Order: sequence, then structure tokens, then C-alpha cells
Amino acid sequence: MARMPILLYQRVQAGLDGLGEQAQLLGETIGSLRRHRPSWKDFIAQLHFVGVKSQTVVVTTGAATGMVLCAQTYFQFHKFKMDTATGAVVSVGMCSELGPVLAGLMLAGRVGAAMAAELGTMKVTEQIDALRALATHPVDFLVVPRVLATVVAAPLLTAQSVVIGIVASYVIGVHLLGIEGAYYLANIQRYTNPHHVVMGLIKAVIFGAIIALVGCHKGLNCQQGAEGVGHATTETVVTASISILVVNFFLTLFLSRLFNV
Amino acid sequence: MIEVRDVHKSFGPQPVLRGTTLRIEKGEAVVIIGRSGGGKSILLKHLIGLLRPDSGNVLVDGQDLARMGERELLSVRRHFGMLFQAAALFDSFDVYENVSFVLRREGKHTAAEMRRLVAEALEMVELPGIEHKKPAELSGGMRKRVGLARAIVYRPRILLYDEPTTGLDPIAGDRIDRLIRRVWEQLNVTSIAVTHDMKSARTISNRILMLHEGRIHADDTTERIFQSTDPILYNFVNGIGESRSEPN
Repeated sequence: MARMPILLYQRVQAGLDGLGEQAQLLGETIGSLRRHRPSWKDFIAQLHFVGVKSQTVVVTTGAATGMVLCAQTYFQFHKFKMDTATGAVVSVGMCSELGPVLAGLMLAGRVGAAMAAELGTMKVTEQIDALRALATHPVDFLVVPRVLATVVAAPLLTAQSVVIGIVASYVIGVHLLGIEGAYYLANIQRYTNPHHVVMGLIKAVIFGAIIALVGCHKGLNCQQGAEGVGHATTETVVTASISILVVNFFLTLFLSRLFNV
Repeated sequence: MIEVRDVHKSFGPQPVLRGTTLRIEKGEAVVIIGRSGGGKSILLKHLIGLLRPDSGNVLVDGQDLARMGERELLSVRRHFGMLFQAAALFDSFDVYENVSFVLRREGKHTAAEMRRLVAEALEMVELPGIEHKKPAELSGGMRKRVGLARAIVYRPRILLYDEPTTGLDPIAGDRIDRLIRRVWEQLNVTSIAVTHDMKSARTISNRILMLHEGRIHADDTTERIFQSTDPILYNFVNGIGESRSEPN
């Protein structure tokens, strides 16, 4: 019991250290982008890995979320004869909150973990040291293409997830639950502000940066051995997911005020 | 010229280097010997700035690596080539991409020139025509030779070898030793290796330093080191455990 405050202090200190190191990595990444033009080949390869190969999981998540949200909203709204407002709730919810957050969480699990595992393995097999010995900065060669690719891919995947979610909700709402299709679409158009879309895309860009930076940071600072790589991977998913949820709350407050939605 | 002055390095509470001082002149072939876990690889990584000392100086041609930032170090490292203990080839690249890594990053050479330079480097390590193989398809000895080709292809002035024969059978080890010797003779480089393989040390060095308890315990020509009667050195060179007898 007596050690509890010490453990808590150590945890908080470790968390703040990690946050500081990730901010430093962000600074290094921006500095590297200003100094060197990133390699197109590496960027495209990462874009393929992050963007193209994540489509299945992101599209599935978007469709499932859209369908469930539609059904649950309909069941509640039907009690008050507000069936046709279902589409608007799904659309606004998907565009500004659920689309970016769920796509971000999925990417943290798939992409962030893979980045931590790949860079962690490179670290423990001395490939990172080899890179430095070959006069190449790991941030230039490894971090910049990954951060850029994730920042570009995350909003595209989020947009895809949102569109699929809304289409799936339309199918469920109109063809399964019997909502009038024209009203469903009209209410989506009426209540979904372009600012909701922009808000979601801004969030996705920020979540993309968080995922890549956390994954790269945990990989580059991985401890020795297979256990170290395992820890780095797990910590990436946990840290990136919690960061996305916390940052999302503050972004919602800030962007809602900014766009007045 | 490389100079290490009173370098101290600890990992947590464990001191590894405790006031290491040494000097290596241009063109020498030096081997640093010492017990496993005694800090030889740590010392080698200090020479190229991959690790920073807790205190002390590491001077390369008068530039203190301990005071330089990571980006400043990149220009110094351009003069070094390093062969890592397990070769540290990039898994996702094939042999050509590994060996040509620095050439491609520099962007000074045409594709044809790079192909020629890579072919020459692979020829030198007696592995011609394996450009398209992946590291996973190579044996341990082949990986080390590809690692050596990657280290020499851009003609560095100083070559560092971390346990070059560890994990290899005697024949593959001997082949690596002869290659290291040939590279030193033909490319006129400064060669610095760390090893506890005394047969390898005799082949690839003209001077041997012994790292013992974090300090340089012995520093002499290869011949004299092998003839030394200093108990610590004698026991190490002849592979005699502490409980066995020492020389008269």
C-alpha cells in the first residue's frame, strides 16, 4: 500500500516522458520535412500499406457502425414518429464523431501496431544502428514516410468509412425498417452541415499523425528481445487508442465552437 | 586518427567503460579483445557515435563526437563503414538494395554506375551475382560478407567490425578473416575490429588492445600480445579459466 503513491508517480512521470519524446519526434519529423524532400518511393509504399491494405477493416467497421446506429436510432425515434430523422443522426454522427474515431481506432490496431513491430524488430536486430552507421537519420528514412502516408491515408479511409456507413444505414433504414427513402435522404442533406464533414476530416488527419508518431516512437525505443517488441506493439495500440479518445473530446469542443455547429 | 579519452559509460547501475583511453592512427589494423560482456561492442559503437559516453571524449580527426548532435554525426559517419555482429542487413531489401543503400541515398551515381559499384563490392567479398537474393535466403557467412560489401561499397576511410567471426563455422570464419585482411590491404583503410576469437585477431590485426574491466589493459603489436606473460592477457589469449594455472 505504501508503495502506491510512488508507483503512481512513476507511471505519471513515464507517461509525461513519453509525451515529451513524441513531441520531440514530431518536431524532428517536421524539421526533416523542411530539410529534405521525402522519398516518393517510400511514401507510396507506406501509402499502399496504410491506405490500400486497411480498406477492408475500415469499410467493415464503417458499414457495421452505420447499420447498428441506424437500427438503434430508428427503434427509439419510432416511438415519437420521428423515423425519417434517423438518417440525419447517422450522417452527423458518422461524419463528425464515429467515422474518424472508429477508423482511427482500427488504424491504431492495424497500422500503429505494425509500425511498432517493424521498427522494434529493426531496433533489436541492429538495423536501426546500421541505418545510422550508413549516415542516414532514422527519422528521415523511417518516420517521415510513415507519418506522411498515415496523415494522407487516414482522412481518405475515414471518408470511405463514413460513406459506406451512411449507404449501409440507408439500406437498413429504407429497405429493412421501412423508412421513406426520399425523406431519409432529404433529412441527411438538411441536417448534415459541410462543417461536420470538415470536422471529421480534420480529426482524421490528427489521429493519423498520432497513430504514426506513437507507433514509430514505441518501435524506435523498443527494449531488447522479442518481449520488447511485444511490449512496444501492445503499448502502441493502448497509447494511440487512448490518445485518440482523449484528443477527440477536446477536438469536438474546439471544432464545434470554431465551426459553430 | 581516432582518440578515445577517459570515456566512462554505464547502463543503469552497471558501469561498462571506466576510463577507457586509446589512440588509433590512420591505416592501422587494430583488434580490441576482451571477455564477452566486457564492453568491446559498446566501445566500438562509441567510435562511430552510435552511443554517447557519460563522460570523456571520442575524437575522430579532431572532431569530438561526444559533443555533436545526431545530424552533425551523419557527416562524420560517412567516413565509416561498419560490419555488425549479425550483419544487420535490411530484411525488406534484396542484396542489391542493401549494398547500394548509401549510393542511392547520396544520389550522385547513375543506375549503371551503381550496378557496377555493387557488382565490384560483391566480387570483392566473393559473392558475385547474388544481387537479387533476399537476406533471408543467405547463410550466416554470406550475410556477413554482404554486410561487408555494404560497408565498403562507398569507400569509407575507417572500417569497424563487431565480432566478425562470431556464429560462423571455422571455415566461414577464416574466409571472413582473409576478406577483412584483403580489404585492409587493398583499400588502404583503418581497420578496427572487436573479437574474442584469437585466431581471427592474429589474422586481421597488426596491433591488439585488450579491454579489461572497462579499461585498456594491454596495447601492443600482435606478435608481442601473443608472446605476453601478463597473467590476464596470457590466460585470455590461451583460453585458460581463472582456476587453472598461470604462466611462470
